Amino acid sequence: MTKYVLKRIGTALLTLLIITFLLFLLVRIMPGNPFPSERMSADMIANKRAEMGLDDPIPVQFFNYLRKLLLEGDFGNGTSLYYGVPINSVLATCMSNSFRIGGMAILIGTALGLLLGITAALNRGKFLDGFCTVLSIIGVCVPSYVFLIFLQYYFSFRIPFFPYFFDAKRFLFSSVIPSLSLSLFTLSTIARFTRNEMVEVMDSDYVHLAEAKGLHGGSLVRRHVLRNALIPIVTVLAPLIVDLLTGALVVEKIYGINGIGKLMVDAITGEGIDYNYVLALGILYSALYIGIMLLVDILYGVLDPRIRVQGKAGDA
Amino acid sequence: MSEKKPGLNQSAGKTILEIRDLDISFKTNAGTIHAIRGVNLDLCKGETVAIVGESGSGKSVTMKAVMGLLDSNASVNSGEILYTYPDASGREVTVDLLKMPKKQLRQQINGQRIAMVFQDPMTSLDPTMTIGKQIMEGMFLHENMEKKAARARALELLNLVGITDAEKRFRNYPHQLSGGMRQRVVIAIALSANPDILICDEPTTALDVTIQARILELIMEIQKKMGLSVVYITHDLGVVAKVADYVDVMYAGKIVEVGNVNEIFYEPKHPYTWGLLSAMPDLETEDDRLYSIPGSPPNLLHEPKGDAFAARNQFALAIDEKAEPPLFQVSPTHWAATWLLHPDAPKVEMPPELQARLERARKEAEKVL
Repeated sequence: MTKYVLKRIGTALLTLLIITFLLFLLVRIMPGNPFPSERMSADMIANKRAEMGLDDPIPVQFFNYLRKLLLEGDFGNGTSLYYGVPINSVLATCMSNSFRIGGMAILIGTALGLLLGITAALNRGKFLDGFCTVLSIIGVCVPSYVFLIFLQYYFSFRIPFFPYFFDAKRFLFSSVIPSLSLSLFTLSTIARFTRNEMVEVMDSDYVHLAEAKGLHGGSLVRRHVLRNALIPIVTVLAPLIVDLLTGALVVEKIYGINGIGKLMVDAITGEGIDYNYVLALGILYSALYIGIMLLVDILYGVLDPRIRVQGKAGDA
Repeated sequence: MSEKKPGLNQSAGKTILEIRDLDISFKTNAGTIHAIRGVNLDLCKGETVAIVGESGSGKSVTMKAVMGLLDSNASVNSGEILYTYPDASGREVTVDLLKMPKKQLRQQINGQRIAMVFQDPMTSLDPTMTIGKQIMEGMFLHENMEKKAARARALELLNLVGITDAEKRFRNYPHQLSGGMRQRVVIAIALSANPDILICDEPTTALDVTIQARILELIMEIQKKMGLSVVYITHDLGVVAKVADYVDVMYAGKIVEVGNVNEIFYEPKHPYTWGLLSAMPDLETEDDRLYSIPGSPPNLLHEPKGDAFAARNQFALAIDEKAEPPLFQVSPTHWAATWLLHPDAPKVEMPPELQARLERARKEAEKVL
């Protein structure tokens, strides 16, 4: 198991390095530049370029960037967005907002999704099953920002209970609406998946064998159904988590949340492209994705012994 | 001629399982499938009954009904499954398994009194649990055994089913075992709580031929040791000949012929049984093509009119199209549901090739004895 985990971590780090390089390259060859040209003269831009080292050969630039990132953990300063403020501090604020709202959405989505899926599976073919199916189809089809606007209209405007916009001072209270709307897709996907996996597992021979042993009800579900049904669910959960942590572009924009989704949009669509922000966010997204995939791989090994042994040598 | 006389095993043994007029249908999107249409079956203590028939004839469904493992879209329309066992005080009790609530069935019958070995050992073990745990699970559940005692018993069972280095295998996961080994484990699980009845649903179909014989011998050996009654579900007549005392031939949700193993193999009366026996591969037969029964089993979505086998039966009579034949008695233990046995029916014998073949088989059997 240890060997398996170490191998996976090694692969993950290597992948991240390659992605960083590609991102770096892509940002540099992207059309457009970091400077709002209408407000800066050619001289000023040339000065700025030299100061930022943009005239060096790309490998040298990359090496310098990497050295700063790895040794000091510094993503550099913004080039056009929030000029002069270190990216790290901006990123910290935005990340904490996004992660907290995203995290809440993940918790709500996963917990309710599992609950809904299990309920549906245990009542297969009955009213509750159909009800859960309809609910999850709606959840998958309706984009989260539509749901957000709906919630905003009814629970902030018509019934002014929740705040209309995000307010960092009343964090929990004002993140109910965005978290709920973000969780909708995850909730529905997990519910649908859980239901289908469980139905399949409950029809499997080994569950019948367990029943033939005399197991029934809750202990049957806990011991034999859930664990086997969870294995594929973990796989779909991973990209959903990354999406929730990072991908709330529109929701963050509409609800005025100072998060990394909004930051990404601003970095690209502001006056001139902010090289360092785009790069920093790109690396962050990739690292999150790779990290969560790594976690899933390890979790897989814990849940499924068939994967676990591959890491063990000479035991078959 | 008697109406609907159940499949009777007139043996000395006590009947412990009696299935009477079992009638089951399945609701599907296409309509209602009438899968089991009045099945009668007896199992006596210590004996082996084999149920044979093509896929879809209802063999497995009948036994799943006994185990309470029917799919959720199944409904039992009528019938009873009477199981007789000595209760805690040693008094004989007879219960109808169909009327028993699921929970009670699981707590009192499954795994303790009636156990089952499934067809495919590759899928019938939980991939996420060590085999030791899977064997002990039943013991914890029913006997409240202590961990140590359960472990000792599980190891003993693994030895009994012929698994070497049981200590090591105990901690293995199913995927670390071969198919044959897994089936042994499944048998060990079935035996873990000393059942009276063991239902084997095609226990060797998924295994390769060299392992098949060993698994069958293992089951027979254990049956003798523990005094089990065994029900085999199979379409392999070779298996039947090897293990069974009584044979029930099933077709389209009905038992069409029942008798002891010699009667079914040497004096079959039902054209369907003739077909099954003719379809058995055999080294001696001159024909270089293997016989198969023409056509396919009827779709039970539509209630068959007359005899369900008539359309595939080269010996079908006019009445077969109109009325279903009752079971006619051939001997005290032998019954067959075919109009050919009616006193007014024309004299029809089994195909001569089959006759020659059965004759050969009989001589062979005598030689061995």
